[in-house]
Amino acid sequence: MNRTLAGLHYSESHEWVRTEGNIAIIGITDFAQHALGNLSYVDMPEVDDEVTAGEEFGAVESVKAANDLYSPVTGKVLEINSELEDAPERLNVDPYANWIIKVEMSDPSEIDGLMDEAAYIAFCEKE
Amino acid sequence: MIDNMEDNLLKTCLHEWHIAHGAQMEPFAGYDMPIRYTSITDEHNAVRTAAGMFDVSHMGEISVSGPDAEKFINHVFSNDVSEMPDGKILYGMLLNPQGGVVDDLLVYKEFSPNRYLLVVNAANIAKDFGWLLSEERGFQVETRNESHKWGQIAIQGPSAVKAVTDILRLDAAASLPFYNYCEMKWNGRRLIVSRTGYTGEDGFELYSSEDDTADMWDTLYEAGVVPCGLGSRDTLRFEAGLPLYGHELAEDITPLEAGLGMFVRMDKPDFIGRSALMAQKAAGLSRRLVGIELDDRAVARAGYQVEADGGAAGIVTTGYHSITLDKSICMALLETPFAVQGTRVGIHIRKKVFPGTVCGKRFYQPRYRKQTSFS
Repeated sequence: MNRTLAGLHYSESHEWVRTEGNIAIIGITDFAQHALGNLSYVDMPEVDDEVTAGEEFGAVESVKAANDLYSPVTGKVLEINSELEDAPERLNVDPYANWIIKVEMSDPSEIDGLMDEAAYIAFCEKE
Repeated sequence: MIDNMEDNLLKTCLHEWHIAHGAQMEPFAGYDMPIRYTSITDEHNAVRTAAGMFDVSHMGEISVSGPDAEKFINHVFSNDVSEMPDGKILYGMLLNPQGGVVDDLLVYKEFSPNRYLLVVNAANIAKDFGWLLSEERGFQVETRNESHKWGQIAIQGPSAVKAVTDILRLDAAASLPFYNYCEMKWNGRRLIVSRTGYTGEDGFELYSSEDDTADMWDTLYEAGVVPCGLGSRDTLRFEAGLPLYGHELAEDITPLEAGLGMFVRMDKPDFIGRSALMAQKAAGLSRRLVGIELDDRAVARAGYQVEADGGAAGIVTTGYHSITLDKSICMALLETPFAVQGTRVGIHIRKKVFPGTVCGKRFYQPRYRKQTSFS
C-alpha cells in the first residue's frame, strides 16, 4: 500500500517533488496520506512567502493530529493549490495528482539531496 | 527498543485480535490500544448510522462493599447514592478538597445489599484506588481493585439493540432503561449488561471475564458489527459534548467550571470538595467550558490558546474537524466574560489566529429516545 511514481524526488519526511526547470512542485506521498488517514485541512503558506529546505512550510490536519509539512527545497512560493482549501480529501484520493505548493528554487542543486523512487521505496520499508 | 517499549505497556484480552486485524496501535493510559482498524471517519460513521464495538477492557472496576458502603461512597462521590435502586447507575466524580476532579466515573448499585461497582478511567485506576483506601478510615467498607478480572465491550449506535438481541441473544437488554444494568450469563458465567455509553448514541457496555469478552467480540465480529478504535471513541464523545478526563476534567478543573453541576449534589450532607464548590459558587465562576465553532477548516487542538478583545481568553481542551457536522469545532475553558454564546474569539493555530464563535458544547444532539425507569 505504498504507491510511488517514477521521475519524482522524495524526502525523508514523505514529500514528493516534481521539477519543471527551476520550479519545484511539492506534494505528499501515498505513504504519508495512508499513515495520516483522512485529511480535513491543509495549512498552506502565502504566495511570495520564503520556504527553506528542511523547514516547516505548512501542515496537514488528520482527524487525530496536525502534521507539519517540510519543504524539500529553498525558494519563494509561486502558487498554492487553492482547491485543497475546500477539498483536502483530494490528497487522500490521489496524492500525486494533487500538489500543495509550487516553489521557485533558489538552489536547484538541493534536488540532488533527495531520494529517487527506488531509494524512497527502500526507505519506506524501513519506516 | 521497540520491543522494550511494548513490554512496558499493558494489554487487554483482545490485544492479539487487534494486532491480527491490522489495527493501528498506540499507547493510551498505559495500555497498547487500537486507535483505528480502517479509518476513524468510517468507524465514527458506523456508530452514528448503524453500530460499532469498542474494546474498553482497559477501564477500571473497583468494588466497594460493607455496612457503610453507601455512606462511604456519598463521602467521596459528588452524586447521591442514597436509596439507589439495585441495577441503577449514576455518573459523577471523585473530588479533591479543592473541588477539582480526581476522576469521573460510573457507580453501579449491585443486586445485593451494600455492594457497589465503580467504573473508572484506565489512566486513573491506581490513583482512584489509592484515594479510596486513604479515605476509608472510620467506614466499615472493603474496597477492591477488580480491574484485572474484567473485560469490557461497548456496543454503540442506533443498531446496538439489534446487535445485542439478534446476535448475542441478550433479549432482556432491549427493555433495559438508560443508566440501568442487568445481570445475565454468557457461557454460564457472570455478564453485566449496562445501558450506558460514551458516544452520544444508544448502546450497551458489556462486562464479563476476559475469556467471555473475547468470545462475545468474535461472535459480534462474525455477525458484521464494525470494530472501532479509540480514535472514533474520542471523536464521538467529543461531538456529544461528553468530557474526557485530562482534557475537560482534571485535578485543577472543577465540575462547575466543566458545566457538570447537575452531577454534584450540593444538597446532600458533606462530601469531599463540597465546601470548596460552595465557595466557588458563591464567588462566581472565573472560567467555564464552552464550545467554539471556527469559521475556517483549521483544527483547534488541546492546549491551543484562545484570545478575545486582544487579550488571553482561555485554552482549548479538545478539538476536531467534526465528522458528523463537517465543520471545525472545539471545547475550551474560557474566562467567564467571554464564555457567552455568540462571543467572537481567535484561536492560535500554529502561526496564525483563526476566528470562531462561542457556542454550546453539545455539538451533536443525541437522536435516540432515552428510555428512563419512569417511562
